[in-house]
Amino acid sequence: MATRPEFDVVGKDLWRVDGRQLATGKPAFTDDYPQQGMLVGKVLGSPHAHARIKSINTSAAKALPGVHAVLTYEDVPKAKGPIGRRADLFNRVPYTRAGQDYPEPSPWDFFLLDDKMRYVGDRVAAVAAETEEIAKEALKLIKVEYEVLPAVYTPEDALAEGAPVIHDEPDVLNVKDPQRNVCAGVDVTLGDLEKAYSESDEILEGHYYSQRVQHGQLELHVAISYMDEDDRLVVICSTQVPFHVRRQLSTALGLPVGKIRVIKPRVGGGFGGKQEMVLEDICAALTVASHRPVRLEMDRYEDLTAARSRHPMRFKIKTGVKKDGKLTAIDMRALVDAGAYGSHSPTVPTNTGNKNLPRYKCDNVHYEFNAVYTNLPIAGAMRGYGTPQGAFALECHMDDVAESVGMDPLEFRLKNTVRPGDKDYLSPHIYEIKGISDTTGEGWPIDTCGLEDCINQGAEAIGWHEKRKAYAEHNATNPVIRKGVGMVCLSQGSGVAGIDTANATVKLNEDGSVNLLIGAADIGTGGDTVIAQIVAEVLGTDLDNVMVIATDTDVVPFDSGAYASSTTYVSGNAALKAAEEVKASILKVAADMSGEPADQLNLKKHHVVADSGEPVLVEGQPLTLKEVAMKAMYGHDYKEQIEHTAHFVSPVSPPPFAAQFADIEVDTETGVINVIEFVSAVDAGTIINPELAAGQVDGAVSMGLGQALIEEMLFDENGYAMNKGLIDYKLFKAVGMPKLQTIFVETYEPSGPFGVKAVAEIPVNGPAPAVANALKHAISVRVHELPLSPERVLRALGKM
Amino acid sequence: MSNTFELKMNVNGRDQIFDVHPHDRLSDVLRREGYFGVKVGCYTGDCGTCTVLFNNEPIVCCMMLAGQAQGASVLTIEGLSQGPKLHPIQEAFLDVGAVQCGFCIPGMMLSAKALIDENPDPTEDDAREALSANLCRCTGYERPVKAILNAAKQMKEGK
Ligand code: FES
Ligand code: FES
Repeated sequence: MATRPEFDVVGKDLWRVDGRQLATGKPAFTDDYPQQGMLVGKVLGSPHAHARIKSINTSAAKALPGVHAVLTYEDVPKAKGPIGRRADLFNRVPYTRAGQDYPEPSPWDFFLLDDKMRYVGDRVAAVAAETEEIAKEALKLIKVEYEVLPAVYTPEDALAEGAPVIHDEPDVLNVKDPQRNVCAGVDVTLGDLEKAYSESDEILEGHYYSQRVQHGQLELHVAISYMDEDDRLVVICSTQVPFHVRRQLSTALGLPVGKIRVIKPRVGGGFGGKQEMVLEDICAALTVASHRPVRLEMDRYEDLTAARSRHPMRFKIKTGVKKDGKLTAIDMRALVDAGAYGSHSPTVPTNTGNKNLPRYKCDNVHYEFNAVYTNLPIAGAMRGYGTPQGAFALECHMDDVAESVGMDPLEFRLKNTVRPGDKDYLSPHIYEIKGISDTTGEGWPIDTCGLEDCINQGAEAIGWHEKRKAYAEHNATNPVIRKGVGMVCLSQGSGVAGIDTANATVKLNEDGSVNLLIGAADIGTGGDTVIAQIVAEVLGTDLDNVMVIATDTDVVPFDSGAYASSTTYVSGNAALKAAEEVKASILKVAADMSGEPADQLNLKKHHVVADSGEPVLVEGQPLTLKEVAMKAMYGHDYKEQIEHTAHFVSPVSPPPFAAQFADIEVDTETGVINVIEFVSAVDAGTIINPELAAGQVDGAVSMGLGQALIEEMLFDENGYAMNKGLIDYKLFKAVGMPKLQTIFVETYEPSGPFGVKAVAEIPVNGPAPAVANALKHAISVRVHELPLSPERVLRALGKM
Repeated sequence: MSNTFELKMNVNGRDQIFDVHPHDRLSDVLRREGYFGVKVGCYTGDCGTCTVLFNNEPIVCCMMLAGQAQGASVLTIEGLSQGPKLHPIQEAFLDVGAVQCGFCIPGMMLSAKALIDENPDPTEDDAREALSANLCRCTGYERPVKAILNAAKQMKEGK
C-alpha cells in the first residue's frame, strides 16, 4: 500500500475559503441577489393525488392587475411542424429533472406542465406577478375542473392487478414497464444460492422497512431567472448540478445550451435534494413568458412535499451461514417507492445493493429491486443515495445472523468483511456501465481498505467488549432503563466510476497567486476549500493565494456536480492535474532563470527549491514563485500567463469504509430511546482538512439519527402530507444530540489526489442500524421498521 | 401599496428610519434594507435562521411584525464585527470548522453572543440550550457548541 508523504497545506485545519463571507453574513446566497423589478413566481399545486384536468380557465387570473404571466399545460402543446420553428413558446417534451450526466439513466417521464396530476402538489399552473399577494390571489383565480382518478399509495398496491396506471401517457421514455407502474428494476444472481442454502448450518430470513425522510436543508429551494442584455437566459439557483440544470433547461424550454447561463452562488445545504432541477425550469419558463426577472422560492411545506425525499424501501433478506460464521449465500430484495416520477429511481436502489452487499465476502448473492410509481411525492437523491436504506436492512440482518450462530456481532463482521485486495463482486453486474474496469471478471478492485482498523479502533473508543457484557448483566435484572451497544460496518464510493467528470483551470497571476476555476459545486461541504488546498500544496503556496471561482457555467469548465461523494476525489483530481501542469510550466521558466534543470526543481513555501530542499539562488538571492510568475507574464521571451486546464474521469470508485457504534438507553415504560454516545471510525483515505471532514461526519450522524429515531413523512388517505413544516417534521436540535466521537483511520488511496477517497456520505448510513442493533442488545427484540419510535419500541416489548 | 408608515429603530448601533407596510414582518424589512445576514429558512418561526438580537434578546424576526420593532434596537450579524477584524465568536466558529453551508450560522452566532453576554462562563449544556431555537442540518451542533465554549473563554481572557 502506498504511504503518505509529508504535506504543507494538505492535512491542515485551515479556515474555509468562504468562511469569512459566511461568518459575516455577506449576501452570498441565491436569494441575496438584488431584486429590482423582480416578479414573484408561484406554482399552483394539485389538490388531488391522481387526476386529469378536464378544463382550466386562467382568464380571471390573467386579468388581475400586476399579473405578468400565467402558464398551464395548454401553453406547452405538442410540437406542430418541425421543431425549432418556435410556433409556440414551449413544446411538450419528456425530460427528467434528475441531475445526472447525459443521457440520464432516470426515466424521462416529466413535462414542463401536463394535464395529468400524479401526486398532491403536482404542477397545475404557474404565475408570475408583481407581489407575493398578487401571485397568491392569481392562483386562487385559476379555475380548474378535475376528473379525479383512483390513486395508489404503496408499491404493493401500485403493482396489484388492475391498479391505476400512473404514467399512461404514450410519450415517456426509458420507463421499465409503465403499464405495471414499474419505473426501474434489476435482478442479478451470482453463484448458486439454492445449493449454498442446502450446505448451510443456519438459514435466516428477515424483513425491514426504511421510511420516507427529508433532506431538511435550511435554505429552501430557490431560483432567480432573467434575460440579460444580450437576451440570454440567466438562472441563479441553489443547485448541486449547475451544468446539468443548464442542459435540462435547454431541453425543457427548447433553448440552445449556448443561450443559457447558470450561476450557483453559496448553497445553504443540498444533501442530494438539489441534485435535481426542482424549480429552475418553471421559474425560467415564467421569465421567458413575461420577459421579466422572476424569483421562485418554495415554502417549507412545498419543500417537504413537492421537492424530493429519500426513497422508502421494504426489504426481504435470506442468508445462509456456516456454524463457524462463514456466510454462504445472501439474497436481498428491495421494493422501492419511487413516488410520482422516477427521479434517480434506477440508480438509487442500484446503490442500495452495490454499496452494501460487497463489503461482505460471499460467493452466492442475489440482489433484486423493483422501483414502483405511486401517487406520493417524488423520491430522489439523498446523501448516501440508497445506501442508508440497504445498510439498515443488511446491518440489522447481519447482527441477527451472527446471533444465530452464537457469535459476537463484531467478531462476525471481522470474519466476513472485505480486506485490501478483495473484490467488489456486485457492481460490475448492475452498474450503469457494465464491466467497467473489471478486467479479471472477478469484480472491481478494493486496493485500500481500513475497515478492520475502523472496527477495532471504534470498538476500543466505545468500550465494546466491556459494555456488551456489562449491559447484558444489567438488562438481565429486568430494570426499567435497559442499556445497549450496537455496531455496523459501512462502505460507499468515491464518485461514479466512468461517468463523473471534472475539469479545472488554474492560472498564475504575476504575484504568484492563482485563480482556480472549477465547475464543482460546493454546497456547504467545504469542497472549494479542500480542492484549493490540493492546488496550494502542489504549487508550494498558501491557501490564501488560491482564489476559487465556482460556479458559473459561462466562466468555469464543465463538472458533473456535487454528488456521489465525488467532489474531493473527482474534482480534486482534475485540479491536481491542472496544478501539476502549471507547476511544470513554472519550473521551466525557473530553469531558464536559474540554469538548473527543470526536473531537479520543486516549489515549496513560495520558493523554487532544489530536490534536496535547498533554495535555488539567482544572483545570490533565493528565487521566489513571485519572481518566476512576473518573468513569465512580462519577460521578453515569455509574455504569457501560465494557465492550464485538466480533466479527470475515474475508471474506479474506491470505496471508503467505516464502522459506527451506538451506546443507548431505552426506557421500557415510555419506549423512548436515548442515544448516549456515538462513535464513527472512518477510512476516507487521506484527510485534507480534518476539522472540515470531521464536521461532515458529525452532520451526517445527526441526520442519520433523525432517520433512526424521529423523522418520517406521513400521508393521509387522500395523499396529503401530515407534516406541514419543521414544527412537525422534526430535525435533531443541539439539546438531545449524543456525545459524538470521530476517528479517522487514514489509508492512502493511490488513485486519489494525495491519497484521498471520500467522506461526505458514508457516515449517514450507520446511525439507524447501529441504534437498532443497540436496541436489540437492550431489549432482545428486533424492531424491523424505522423510525424507532416509542410506539414501535413498546409494541416490540408487547406493551401496546 | 400605499399606507406605509415610518419605522424608527436602531440597527447595529445606527438610528434608522424605514418605510414599511403594516403586514411587513421584521425579517422582510431587514432583508429589504440590505441586512442579508438575516436568513429565512421557514418563515414560520421553526428554524431560527432569522435570529437577531432584539434589545439584546435573541428572537426569530420572521414572527414579528415590523411595527412591533418601533424604537427597538436590533443587532444583526452585519453588526457583530466592525471592519476586517472578526468577533471572537466568528473566529472560534471558523477555527473549529463549525461553519458548513453557513445558512444557520448568523443566527447561531447571535444566539451565542446573547448567551456569552449574559453568562461569560457557559457550560456545554448552557451552550446547547442557547442553540435550542437554531436548527442546523450540517454540523450536528458538535463544532458550534465547541466554538461557543472556546469563544467564551477567549472573550473572558481578552478582558
Ligand atoms: S425563518 Fe424565522 S424561524 Fe425560520
Ligand atoms: S451550517 Fe448548514 S445549516 Fe448549519
